[in-house]
Amino acid sequence: MNIEKATIEEIREGYKTKKFTVKEIVKAYFERIYKYDDTINAFITLCEETALVEAQRVDEKIRNNEKMSPLEGIPVAVKDLICTKGIKTTCASKMLENFIPPYDATVMTKLKESGAIMIGKTNMDEFAMGSSTENSAFKITRNPWNLKKVPGGSSGGSAAAVSAGFAPLAIGSDTGGSIRQPAAFCGNVGLKPTYGLVSRYGLIAFASSLDQIGTFTKTVKDAALGLQTIQGHDPMDATSAQHHGTKNYAIHLEDGIKGMKFGIPKEFYQEGLNEEIKTAIMASVERITKMGGEVEEFSLPITDAGLSAYYIISSAEASANLARYDGIRYGYRTENFTDIDTLMLNSRTEGFGSEVKRRIMMGTYVLSSGYYDAYYKKAMLFRKKVKSIFNDAFEKYDAIISPVSPVLPFDIGEKTDNPIQMYLSDIYTINVNVAGLPAISIPCGFSEEGLPIGIQLIGNLYEEEKLLKSAHALEQDLGLCNTIPTLKEVL
Amino acid sequence: MAMETVIGLEIHVELNTKTKIFCGCSTEFGAKANTNTCPICTGLPGTLPVLNREAVNLAIIAGKALNCQINTLNKFDRKNYFYPDSPKAYQISQFDLPICEHGYVDINVAGANKRINILRIHMEEDAGKLIHVEGKPVTLIDYNRTGVPLIEIVTEPDMRTPKEAIDFLVALKAILEYSEVSDCKMEQGSLRCDANISMRPFGQEALNTKVEIKNLNSFKEILKALEKEEVRQKELYDFKEAYKIKQETRKWDSAKGRTVPMRSKEDAHDYRYFPEPDLPPVVIKESTLDAIEKKIPEMPEEKKKRFERQYKLNEKEIDVLISKKMIAQYFEEVVSHEVSPKEASNWIVGEVMRILKESDRIEIPGKYLANLIRMIDMGKISRSAAKDVFDTLWLTDKTPEEIVEEKQLIQMSGADELEKVIFEVIEQNPDAVEAYKNGKEQSKGFLMGQIMKATNGQANPKFAMEILLKKLSQMERGERD
Repeated sequence: MNIEKATIEEIREGYKTKKFTVKEIVKAYFERIYKYDDTINAFITLCEETALVEAQRVDEKIRNNEKMSPLEGIPVAVKDLICTKGIKTTCASKMLENFIPPYDATVMTKLKESGAIMIGKTNMDEFAMGSSTENSAFKITRNPWNLKKVPGGSSGGSAAAVSAGFAPLAIGSDTGGSIRQPAAFCGNVGLKPTYGLVSRYGLIAFASSLDQIGTFTKTVKDAALGLQTIQGHDPMDATSAQHHGTKNYAIHLEDGIKGMKFGIPKEFYQEGLNEEIKTAIMASVERITKMGGEVEEFSLPITDAGLSAYYIISSAEASANLARYDGIRYGYRTENFTDIDTLMLNSRTEGFGSEVKRRIMMGTYVLSSGYYDAYYKKAMLFRKKVKSIFNDAFEKYDAIISPVSPVLPFDIGEKTDNPIQMYLSDIYTINVNVAGLPAISIPCGFSEEGLPIGIQLIGNLYEEEKLLKSAHALEQDLGLCNTIPTLKEVL
Repeated sequence: MAMETVIGLEIHVELNTKTKIFCGCSTEFGAKANTNTCPICTGLPGTLPVLNREAVNLAIIAGKALNCQINTLNKFDRKNYFYPDSPKAYQISQFDLPICEHGYVDINVAGANKRINILRIHMEEDAGKLIHVEGKPVTLIDYNRTGVPLIEIVTEPDMRTPKEAIDFLVALKAILEYSEVSDCKMEQGSLRCDANISMRPFGQEALNTKVEIKNLNSFKEILKALEKEEVRQKELYDFKEAYKIKQETRKWDSAKGRTVPMRSKEDAHDYRYFPEPDLPPVVIKESTLDAIEKKIPEMPEEKKKRFERQYKLNEKEIDVLISKKMIAQYFEEVVSHEVSPKEASNWIVGEVMRILKESDRIEIPGKYLANLIRMIDMGKISRSAAKDVFDTLWLTDKTPEEIVEEKQLIQMSGADELEKVIFEVIEQNPDAVEAYKNGKEQSKGFLMGQIMKATNGQANPKFAMEILLKKLSQMERGERD
């Protein structure tokens, strides 16, 4: 089989029919990684040894015809901000370059329990702050479709890993679009579940009220399988949802979208949206109509202020979440200090990259006395408004159709000196986090240059089932999921 | 100008939970450094807090016992500041929506009732402890205390003298101990107090510049510190140098007996409070409130009234008996074994309190003390022998009966036995008897001494004296007859 094209579903089937062993699969992926990842730079840490031990364990299970868990023997790549017991978890930051967590994130525990095999930790923007993975302290990940382009971010390593055929499943996190935008840039399926559906315990926090863990896969069906594994209430996370999540998303996956109502926010298709993206999305809208979905244009008046509210809230939370990295207990410590104040100050100055420092400064500023009411309080009020605007929309629509990014994958280095331009690339994704909604990004076409284009479907709270069903229907209709990039070993 | 003092207090109290407020670590005091810690309370990346409902319940009890309103919807906030004892560099606390508000404690000022109002009580997590190594440029950190649940009680500036502040603290401490919210051990830091003090001319409504005093480790120190600061401010007003009183935090230096500047208003932190996104708001059900209300035990004031009524003791002794819940409980246990409340109270106020100065537990079962008291009543042992038995009881596990037996303290009170000894003593000491007859009263004492000597001190002195006097008067009469 072509490992680079393999879906979770196909690999599971192969194990069942004993077409290949788990060890063969794991080895095949590592072969590709060794061949191409010097160029792609998707991984920060590889775990070949433990992966092979795990593979052997699953192979034995198969030989003994034991009952298999849903992700038994499925290789998974994990974004390097999800804590892995005994394995470095760096957040792509000099600050945590040598940090080895003494515990597993709940998501890791769930993946392990369902038999998945962790093959490595993926590159990202430092502390998930960025939209291109260029803010990594260690390496720049390249877009498998065009090595001059960024893979998107912040979960760029996970997105690139799935597209490059390094793993059929990757775990990412999405605070303002960090799964959906790289999925769109790399041409695969990125799912950001409802806030609270997946435990955040062990996810190194960027913005606690917005962060949510999700998946990268080649197909919507695989995304459903992944979600099924990682979702669920966690007593270790007080914000984790109780009594939500569907046990088996496969049951209604093929039900089709006939009679479903889709809204197109007209504000999303005005100035600033790349024409090629607009064309591709409109083509998808046509397909949806043809399949029996009802599509309607409507007004969703939130975009501009949403971006401001998002950057205020996320930076405020980040300024507190990242305060613990002070060089005292773990992480980077400066050699240049004379007392406790210079120890903390210099460790933070030297350990953090410039984007992280920018967010900490913004967050500190908006929370300062005298500014709190003008910024943070206003942003929180706007957040309430965003939720109610979405709420009204979902009274009428089953899902909202939106672009993922206003721009195509851009050149490496193109926007690094212009943070505002970089921030604007999240304009269609951030409000989903502000409202805590689930959303999915799936490939819907290619630009003339051959760069992937993604389409975003946004659902109401805890309506992942509906979302997956719609995305699956569109994906099957478009027939793009078998299209993969051709990798070159050398630039 | 006639000035009055204005004092307000901020009291931190560690709640009496088994585990910490946001993780499952033990709250035990005195464990080896950094053994009561986990990834959560040391703030490792990715960890999240989960609220310990027991801490909420205790905060509710404290609120109810201090006559507060309970906010059935309250929330946590992050208080941001960098300091190595705070592993997340923010403290999870409550800012604008605390769990309790608008309470009070009544104290007695010059015979009249005075109400000290409580502005608010909020929940928060305690910080770790820095240990500065003497003579070395090294500081060690112990995170055992990090995450121990605290309540902070903030009073209105209602106290007018340092003495009132102490009276309030004594009453507050008793209430918190009684309701088992906290063990309130100042020496272990489970009750800590900061004081705000300012002065203003009598009749002036507005508050003048206040000074906050920290590092107050006992009620005695608080009293001294407030009195010193009162004098300092008073002098500055008297010498028209009030501008020198700055809003600042001063540290009490107990060795030097004065307050010294710690930080000024300009250095004050901007804590950048904002709602804690990791914890949903705390919602308290009415049914929970009702259930907790039913469990709140008798408070000191109620107990005082009941003791007066039920045991007919005087105020002074009742104040000693109710000064600690443990003592009041012990008193009632002793009384339950059918000894007179007055006797029980005498023993506790005298002997038990004497020993409690060096011990924090009462080592003698109430039943034993009751038995001891009964043995005196029945004349089995002497009062002084009983004190000896009491001291031994404290140090051993023996019963009072065993100790009395061992030490051969049973009093000789059988009339026949005693009479025989007394007869012998009279026979052997004719001179003393003669002297007594001639009106030398002291001879009576000498003869008693001889009786005690002959019985190894086991003669019941009361009976012995009665018999002796009877014999002597019989002899007198005999001679006359």
